[in-house]
Amino acid sequence: MAVSVDEAVSTGPARDHTPPARRVGGRGRSVLEIALLTVLAVVMLFPVLWMIETSIKENRDVYAIPAEFFGFKVTMDHFKDVFVASGGGRSALSVSFLNSVVVAGASTVLATTLGVPAAWAYSRFAVKAKKDQLFFILSTRFMPPVVVVIPIFLMYRQVGLIDSKLGLILIYAAYNLPFTIWMMKGFVDEVPAEYEDAAMLDGYTRLQAFWRFTLPLLVPGIAATAVFALIFSWNEFVFAIFLTSSDNVRTAPPAIAGLIGGTTVDWGLVAAASVVFALPVLVFAYLVRKHLVAGVTLGAVRR
Amino acid sequence: MAGIEVTALHKRYPDGTVAVDHVDLSIGDGELFVMLGPSGCGKTTTLRAIAGLERQTTGDIRIGNTLVNDLPPAERDIAMVFQFYALYPHLRTRDNLAFPLRAEGLPKSEVHERVDEAARLMRLGPLLNRRPRQLSGGEQQRVALARALVRRPRAFLMDEPLTNLDAELRADMRTEIKHLQGQLGTTMVYVTHDQVEAMSLGHRIAILNKGRVEQIGTPLEVYDRPASLFCAAFIGSPPMNLIEVEVADGKLRSQGGLVLTPPPGLPRDRCLVAGVRPEALEVTEPGAERSVPARVVSAEWLGDEIIYVVDHGGQRDLRVRMPPTGRFAADAPVGLRHTGGTPAVYDVSTEELVA
Repeated sequence: MAVSVDEAVSTGPARDHTPPARRVGGRGRSVLEIALLTVLAVVMLFPVLWMIETSIKENRDVYAIPAEFFGFKVTMDHFKDVFVASGGGRSALSVSFLNSVVVAGASTVLATTLGVPAAWAYSRFAVKAKKDQLFFILSTRFMPPVVVVIPIFLMYRQVGLIDSKLGLILIYAAYNLPFTIWMMKGFVDEVPAEYEDAAMLDGYTRLQAFWRFTLPLLVPGIAATAVFALIFSWNEFVFAIFLTSSDNVRTAPPAIAGLIGGTTVDWGLVAAASVVFALPVLVFAYLVRKHLVAGVTLGAVRR
Repeated sequence: MAGIEVTALHKRYPDGTVAVDHVDLSIGDGELFVMLGPSGCGKTTTLRAIAGLERQTTGDIRIGNTLVNDLPPAERDIAMVFQFYALYPHLRTRDNLAFPLRAEGLPKSEVHERVDEAARLMRLGPLLNRRPRQLSGGEQQRVALARALVRRPRAFLMDEPLTNLDAELRADMRTEIKHLQGQLGTTMVYVTHDQVEAMSLGHRIAILNKGRVEQIGTPLEVYDRPASLFCAAFIGSPPMNLIEVEVADGKLRSQGGLVLTPPPGLPRDRCLVAGVRPEALEVTEPGAERSVPARVVSAEWLGDEIIYVVDHGGQRDLRVRMPPTGRFAADAPVGLRHTGGTPAVYDVSTEELVA
């Protein structure tokens, strides 16, 4: 069959010759992708959506059968109940939220201020048995909290840290420290040691060099690490429920759990408390999302 | 300006690695001294010990007449240029240059004057308001050099400063550094693993291996008479041919019959190896005068020269450097002739130069 050169090499019209099946296939695939992603999003987000709906429904609508997705009467009473006690004044829940803020914040600050210099030291200096030390540090994270909670309970009772915010702050910091050291070490490794060398030759001490040159370059890493530590402390349940009992010490997770279990459960209040509980971490993670992604993917590619 | 004396330097890390076994160096005032060696030979550790960035386990370091063992880097009055430049990323070129001066607490006018002078010397004028990120590798390295010389230190320490540049820039910067050092007359210690850099820059070269100094000498001394088999193999590209020889009838004779003039003072009854540079050999037509039979294994045509790999008397890796005029095909039977002077001779067991 004779094919002219023009026909054989023409590129313009060739696009129109693309088999239609393939184009539909391409479109079909993207339709399938979108459908699957939608299903996934619904499955993942439905509980969240339901929680938000329940928090703004009146209690009789919560129990309505069939369940109402739309058209129910919106109320903010549950949110009011989260913060204000029935007789006026602060509710126990609001105190527990404040406790959560204090405990999570303080333990994160503590873990970060201890962990960053430690990570720097492990990254920069020749330490004896460095790998063994780092492994030992990591090994404290191998077991789930529930395994050690009884011994820690006994120890805390001896030293009087039981049912105190300080006790929770210390245990959360201790639990976050290995993670902070390991994650920060990766970040410090990425910052060339030459900056510090150069600064030292320029007249700074080693600590000044770290403080003035390395630390500013570590800020994204510190942000990412701190967010992870904060989320852990904020969400932590097992230590909190075992080591605290009084309302003025208890953090939000056991306090919310404590709402369930009476003769009647005020699901609206539970949902509203859960929404309030989830918000800060969401907002915080959103604010530092750029650093978070950088933090998670960093170190994936070795130089 | 000052000379640098390193005496019996030994550096052992806490994990037991010995980075520097034993190093003695005597670097003259105003000298451009190159430390050359493969990676892990201890050259960078030695340099960092001189800078004060590493504390040696034992040994003394003197800069000028001062014993600096216990001085922090800042008080040693030296400047260092790093492989990765280490320009402060958040500062503009101008501030990067001014930084060490401000750290010293110099008055503003003096800082300004010295920055301008260094910028003029390194031709950084248009780059003064850029940040390191906006500079090319070569420009960054020029800024790093300017930052080193702005302090007018007693000595420059250079840690493989050209390694990250491409070949053409590297050659330019080499010239520039050599010119700069000559102009300023400041002592410079230059660490590299690149023998071309070492040969072209150094007034003297120290070749290090496994934490020890193998040889110290001018580039020509190091090239002509490598002090050990290691140096012989390390310097020169292609490296020196090492030919097993026997002493017979007052001559050095290889297994294939190649005859070399023996240097005076050869020891008896030892296994000897003669070091012959590729340019001291010549490939000839078979049967040419004073030639021994050999065979071309392969030929590398480099344009300005040809490197022949020749099989001679069972030794299959003799390299011969020839001008591009004499052409012999691979596998062709040829003659091999020694045209150089007295070769360097090494003892196989000690690996050291014997005569």
